[in-house]
Amino acid sequence: MNTVVSAFPPRWLDAIWLLLLLGTGATWWLGEDGRGGLGVALFILAIAAIKGGLVISEFMALRGVRRLWSLALSAWLLLVLAANLAAYWKGI
Amino acid sequence: MWVFILAELSAFAVFFVLYGVARMKNVALFDEMQLTLDRRAGAINTALLITASWCVARAVAAIRVDASAASARWLLAGIVAGGGFLVVKVTEYAAKFAAGVGLDTNLFYMFYLSLTFFHFMHVILGLTILLFVWHKTRKGGYCAADHHGMETGASYWHMVDLVWIVLFPLVYVLR
Repeated sequence: MNTVVSAFPPRWLDAIWLLLLLGTGATWWLGEDGRGGLGVALFILAIAAIKGGLVISEFMALRGVRRLWSLALSAWLLLVLAANLAAYWKGI
Repeated sequence: MWVFILAELSAFAVFFVLYGVARMKNVALFDEMQLTLDRRAGAINTALLITASWCVARAVAAIRVDASAASARWLLAGIVAGGGFLVVKVTEYAAKFAAGVGLDTNLFYMFYLSLTFFHFMHVILGLTILLFVWHKTRKGGYCAADHHGMETGASYWHMVDLVWIVLFPLVYVLR
């Protein structure tokens, strides 16, 4: 594994953490609210995509470096979420 | 390590896709059973894993400026948050087992228990790695010029977090 120069100052990491907590709170609220439907499902999965993307690019420090790994992880995330969205849509 | 991480993610991807297909064929059962889950515990656990990931990211940022004492403290905070996840999850499992829920209860609970337990084992492995990295950091084993080991351990932990970020909405919320 190659060492990379930090492009992620602590304050930036703190901001990402708060965003991730906000996304988690929104997902939980939608679950408690009990609303279903394709629109809500799309919104919930979009939040998961953004949260996962932030972990990959900011916490894993893959933004701008190790492009292949970053692409592979992002592809994994989008594939899993898209497959579940398609299954959800088919199941309606 | 990256190859190992991708192999682990591939296994989870198969699990997630199978879950989606099973749900598609049993929407009513999955929606009904999902309501019996403790969404608050799931959300708290998401917050704990995200917090642990943030602490680990701060630990890596600290070691990059040779602040090894601060780095060790951040790692310890991450380990505590990760340990909190295990406590909440065990409490959740205990409540389910006390209610008579098991792998053979129905298809939803078969997926819920196997998926979350598979992830639970990864959290334990991730915490073991973090404990090793913390111990080495305390002994001055990493510095700004050489902290590959810490980055590797951190990447594994972030993978564990990433999987839960997908698992929580799919299993606890989406209906």
